[in-house]
Amino acid sequence: MELLGYYNYWIFAVVLMIGFYAVIAKVNLIKKLIGLSIFQSAVFLMYITMDKVEGGTAPIIQEGVSDQIFSNPLPQVLILTAIVVGVSTLALGLAIVVRINEAYGSIEENDILDMDRKA
Amino acid sequence: MILDQHLAALVVIVPLLSAPIIVLLRPRGLAWAAATATSLMGFAIAIALTLGVLNGQNYSYHMGSWPAPYGIALSVDALSAIVLLVVTGASALALLAGRLSLNEEINEERQPLFFAAWMLVLAGLVGILVSADAFNIFVFMEISSLASYVLIAGGPDRRALPAVFKYLVMGTIGATFYLIGVGLIYMMTGTLNLADMELRIHAVSDQNPILVAAGFITVGLALKAAVFPLHAWLPNAYTYAPHIVTVFLAACATKVSLYVLLRFDFFVFQQNLTGHDLQFSYFLMPLATLAILIGSGIALFERNLKRLLAYSSVAQIGYIMLGASLVSMAGVTASVLHIFNHALAKGALFLAAACLAMSCSGMRLNDIAGAARSMPWTMGAFVLAGLSLIGIPGTAGFVSKWYLITAVLSQGAVGIALAVVIVVTSLMAVVYVWRVIESAYFRTAPENALPLHEAPRELLVVTWVAALANLYFGLAPSVPVSLSSTAAEILMRHTQ
Repeated sequence: MELLGYYNYWIFAVVLMIGFYAVIAKVNLIKKLIGLSIFQSAVFLMYITMDKVEGGTAPIIQEGVSDQIFSNPLPQVLILTAIVVGVSTLALGLAIVVRINEAYGSIEENDILDMDRKA
Repeated sequence: MILDQHLAALVVIVPLLSAPIIVLLRPRGLAWAAATATSLMGFAIAIALTLGVLNGQNYSYHMGSWPAPYGIALSVDALSAIVLLVVTGASALALLAGRLSLNEEINEERQPLFFAAWMLVLAGLVGILVSADAFNIFVFMEISSLASYVLIAGGPDRRALPAVFKYLVMGTIGATFYLIGVGLIYMMTGTLNLADMELRIHAVSDQNPILVAAGFITVGLALKAAVFPLHAWLPNAYTYAPHIVTVFLAACATKVSLYVLLRFDFFVFQQNLTGHDLQFSYFLMPLATLAILIGSGIALFERNLKRLLAYSSVAQIGYIMLGASLVSMAGVTASVLHIFNHALAKGALFLAAACLAMSCSGMRLNDIAGAARSMPWTMGAFVLAGLSLIGIPGTAGFVSKWYLITAVLSQGAVGIALAVVIVVTSLMAVVYVWRVIESAYFRTAPENALPLHEAPRELLVVTWVAALANLYFGLAPSVPVSLSSTAAEILMRHTQ
């Protein structure tokens, strides 16, 4: 039961590995980038899940209420930044894939390696 | 002086703010001039900071006057100062030298964007060095990495594109590993400030998450720093990048990741995790030894000049890690010193390669056959920097290898084996540097080759400045030596 109680961390680990697998195993560059995105999203999940306090709400101080439980806002702020980083990485990656397609006429890793070897 | 206390923040802010301005500088050559001026200003600030650190001053800065651990703190000590010098110096020299070379490789209308990206790389690398906050380091790391992918892909060679894609994927995985590690530490300690983290990890009862975090952070940063066997992205990225970009990145990009690795493993984990020093050296010493042997081995047989130098970089990163993995004062001193000296040697060598590229048809050793006859100054600088890479007495490379061998020999039987590895690989370095010299001096140019001519004077002058710096810091090494021994004291203060 104790293991199941950490189900949110299990989800993190599984999603992380799915993304990692796609990055390593796929030869299509777009699919690699999708994998990379999944990989990064898993880390976002980890940050978000660790700040949750049971019964906690948004950290806004209300008049007359003193026993409010708050969730920790800091990891959410951090992950907002990390999401921005992830989006820019993905955008840059896709831009590079477009240029690879223009230069090589293919986005399959094998074909590109073959072409470079022949050149 | 009132400016003095703001220097730690200024060194990041100057290049960061100049980037959007440079985008707007359309007239010919203006973007280059602005970027060079900014880099020189950054170099001047780094020198001022280093002088302060040498006088025993400690720079710490609270962004927006919010005190740590709530606010974002910046700090500069001896370890950051020596790497700061390398980064800003490499950027300034590469840009000073690079106007004509970059004009050849980068479209004129794209140049403002290219130099803006260069400034972002500089701001990111410098930001990592002055930052005292684990998450800030991540953000700066991504700023510098994303911008450096743009720089590498900026050249005319299409093979740079798959190389940069590989670098992007591996770099992002490295940075994400680092992020996981930082998340785990935050979960256990509730802080992101490095100094605060160091104290609070001590009070954590369950060490397992911290241990996992140490693993993630070490592996993630090793990936960014191209520690063997995670170096797969490095050779192609260096080979196909525009020549001047290679000068800049080869001199400092991996060194900054090594800096973060040292800072985390020694500063944060070492005294808080039982047995961390042993795990650290058992994990990294074999990898470092393999890096040295295999990097030098591949360089022996490599036919492309830039790729040969890139594999030699893999080996040199091995020397740096080997020093650190000894976990001794002498070892860490040698390691930090080699960060500085290798940047000098490799920077000068890649500058000479950029000189050769101005008139040779390619970068294969066959393409530069006989080049020394028409380009004696370029090859002279190459030989001088090559001697420093090998570690001939009187050059900077000798000083750090001497420190490294002394440190290694105090480790008993293993130490003797490691010393043999260092000596043998130095001989291998003689061979691979000789292959370049042999091709340029003793072979005749191919029949149908275009006549070569000496590189433009501005490029040549900067190359010689870099080459002579190798000689200067080999004969008068007191400044880098005292900085790196102070850095080693900071890193090792809890271990002994």
